[in-house]
Amino acid sequence: MVKQDKRSVGWMGLKRGHRARPLEWIVEKFIFLVSLSAIVMVFLIFMFVAREALPVALGAVNSSLVRKTIPPEQMDTMSQAELMEYLELTPKQFAQMDKETLKDLMLVQVEAAAEAPKDKDAPLNTTTWSMLFKPHQWTGYDKPEYIWQPISSIHKYNLVPLIIGSLKTTLIALLFAVPLSLAAAIYVSQLANPKTKEWLKPAIELLAGIPSVVLGFFGLLVMASVMQAVFGYQSRLNSFVAGIALGLAVIPVVFSIAEDALTSVPRSFTQAALALGSSKWQAAWKIVLPAAIPGVFAAVVLGFGRAIGETMVVLMASGNASIVSWNLFDSTRTMTATIAAELAETVFGGHHYRILFLIGALLFIVTFLSNMLADIIIHRLKARLEGKA
Amino acid sequence: MPPKSTPPPEAPFDAQLGRRRRWKNLIAKQDALPWNFQSTTLALDSRFFTGLTSFATFLILAILAVILGTIIFNGLPGLSWRFITSGTEKDMFDVDKAGILPMILGTAARVILMTIFVIPVGVITAIYLAEYAHSTSLYTRIIRGAVNNLAGVPSIVFGLFGLGFFINYVGGSMDALFLPNNAEPVWGKPAILWASLTLAVMTLPVVIVATEESLRSIPPGLREASLALGATKLETIFRIVLPQALPGIMTGGILSVSRAAGEVAPILFTGAAYYMATLPTHLYDQFMDLSYHVFILSTQSPNIEKTRPILYATVLALLMLTFALNIVAILVRARMRKSMRALH
Repeated sequence: MVKQDKRSVGWMGLKRGHRARPLEWIVEKFIFLVSLSAIVMVFLIFMFVAREALPVALGAVNSSLVRKTIPPEQMDTMSQAELMEYLELTPKQFAQMDKETLKDLMLVQVEAAAEAPKDKDAPLNTTTWSMLFKPHQWTGYDKPEYIWQPISSIHKYNLVPLIIGSLKTTLIALLFAVPLSLAAAIYVSQLANPKTKEWLKPAIELLAGIPSVVLGFFGLLVMASVMQAVFGYQSRLNSFVAGIALGLAVIPVVFSIAEDALTSVPRSFTQAALALGSSKWQAAWKIVLPAAIPGVFAAVVLGFGRAIGETMVVLMASGNASIVSWNLFDSTRTMTATIAAELAETVFGGHHYRILFLIGALLFIVTFLSNMLADIIIHRLKARLEGKA
Repeated sequence: MPPKSTPPPEAPFDAQLGRRRRWKNLIAKQDALPWNFQSTTLALDSRFFTGLTSFATFLILAILAVILGTIIFNGLPGLSWRFITSGTEKDMFDVDKAGILPMILGTAARVILMTIFVIPVGVITAIYLAEYAHSTSLYTRIIRGAVNNLAGVPSIVFGLFGLGFFINYVGGSMDALFLPNNAEPVWGKPAILWASLTLAVMTLPVVIVATEESLRSIPPGLREASLALGATKLETIFRIVLPQALPGIMTGGILSVSRAAGEVAPILFTGAAYYMATLPTHLYDQFMDLSYHVFILSTQSPNIEKTRPILYATVLALLMLTFALNIVAILVRARMRKSMRALH
C-alpha cells in the first residue's frame, strides 16, 4: 500500500515530485552531501585558524624571557610529566627523545636563562590581552606606548598599530572607491543607453581581473613616485598610496554589487516616474536609488571586507612601518601585511606564530560579520522588491 | 547648479499661515517665475548629473587604461621569446640571464591541479542548489550564506588555513600514518598539492555561482519535456541539463583559474618557493610561481633599476594569462545571457 505523499519538499528536498531508483537515491544523497562542502569549509577555516591562536586567546602562552630553571643534575628526581611541562614538549616529541637529548635540552634552558637580557621588561609575559591592546610603559620610553616589535630582544606584541594601519588604509580606499563606483553604477544601470551599457559593464569588471599583486606592483613602482612628485610628502610608500591602490581593488566589488542592486529594481518604478514627467536622472536619484539603498549599503560593506582583507597591495605599497599615527602620509603596517611578511620567519608553534594566527582569526571574524551583514541586507532587499513587483 | 532644491526663506512660517494663504503664496510664486522654469532646471540638473556619473565611469576606465598601457608599453620590449622559454639561474634579477619558464609551468601546474579539485565539488553543489534545493528553506539559505562568506574570506586567511589544516593537520597525519620512520616530513611541509587545495577552497564560490547561474538559465520546459518522456530526475540532470550548462560551467572554471593564477597570499606559506633548481615532479614538491615571482622581483631586487625591464615583462606575462582567461569568460557569459534573454 503506497502511502499518500504530502505535497511537501520532503526530507532534504530530495523527494520533490519524483520517486528515485535505489542507485539514484544514493547518488542524490551524495549530491546533497557534497553540497555541504561550502559550509564545512567555512567551519574548518575558522576552526583551524582559531586552533593555532587559541593558546594565546586563553592566556596559555608565556613569552617571558626569565623563568625558573632546574639544573640538569636534578633530572632524575623529576617525574615525566614535570619534565615534559618544563621542556614544553608534546608527549609524542617526548617519547622520541632519549635521556641524553633531554639532558642537553635542560642545559639549553639554563644557558638561555643566563643569556636573557637584564632588562626589567624581560620577565614580562607580552602575550596577555592587556599587553596586546593596551599601551605599556617600556624601559627607555617616556610614556606608555603601543608598540609592535616581535623580533626585538623583548617581543612587543601590541596589535593597536596594526589595527590602526588597517583601518587607515581601508578608510582611504573606501573614500576613493565608493563615490566613484557608485556614480559609475548609477550611470551604467540607469542613465547610459543600452548599447554603451553592453560594453561598459564588462570593461569595468575587467578591473577585477587584475591580480592584486599587479596592483601592488603598480602602486609600488608607478603610483608611489607619481604621487610623491605631486604631493611632495616624506616617505615614498605610505598609507595614502596603499589606500588608492587598494581602492582599485575595491572598485569592481562595489560597482558590480551596487549595479546589480540598482538593476534589480523593477522597471515599472522608473517608468512610472518618467510618465509623471520626471527626468531620467530624477527617476534614478529619487526613485531607483532609494529603493535599492540597502543593496548599495551591502556593496559598501562588502567593499570594506575586501579592503581590510587584501594583502598583497598593502604589503607592497604601504611601507610596512608599524607607527601609531593617523597621518595619511606616514608609512604604515596593516594586519594582513604583517601576517604575510612575518609568518615565514616564526618558530612553528611559538608565541609569535600564534599571535599571527590570532590576527588571522580577528580578520576572519571581521570579514565574516561584514559578509553576513551584507548577505542579510541583500536578501531582505530582494524579498522586498519581489514582493512589490 | 540652479538653486532648485533650496527652500524659500519664508518656508518655516508657511505652517502658521492658513491653507488658503499657502495656496495663494504658491500660485503667486509660480506666476513670478518664467513659465518654463521647472523644466529647464530639470533638464540642466539631469544633464549635469548624467555628466558627473559618466565622468566617474570613464575615470575608472581611464585608470584601467593607464595601468594596462604602462605595463604593456614597458613590458613588451622585455618579453622576448628567450625570456619566456628559458629557465632562470640563481641570479633571477639579471636581465640577460633571467627567464620565466619554470614559473609559468609552476603556475600552470598548480592551477590545473586546483581545477581538478574544485570543478567537481563546485558543480555538484551548484546542481544541488539549482535543481534540488527549495529556494526558501533555511538550509539553502545557510549554504548560500556560506558560499558568500567563503568568497569574502581574506586571501591571507586562506594561507593560514592551508598551513594550519592541510600542511600541519592533514600532511602531518599522513606522515605519521604512512611514513612513521621518516625524520624529515614528506607531506607535512609546503607542497604544490597543498597550494592547489588551498586555492580550490578559495575559488569554490566562483565555480558554484557561475554554474548555478548557467543551470538556472536553462528553460524549465526542457526539464519538463524530459520528465514527461519518462526520464528520472537524475537522468534529466545529467543528459539534458548539464550538457546545456556546459558553457556556464566552463566560464566558472575559467574565472576560477584566472582568479587563482594571480593570487599570491594563499600560496605564500603553502607551496611557493623563492628559488628551485628543478621543476616539481611530485605532488609534495614545492614550485616557483609567476605571481609570487612578480612579488619577489618588485620587493627583493638588489637593484630595482636593473630589474625593472624583466619585472615589467613578468607582469605583462601574468596579465596576459589572467586577462586572456577573463575575456574568454566574459564573452561566453555575455553570449549565455543573451540566449537566456531570448528564451525567457
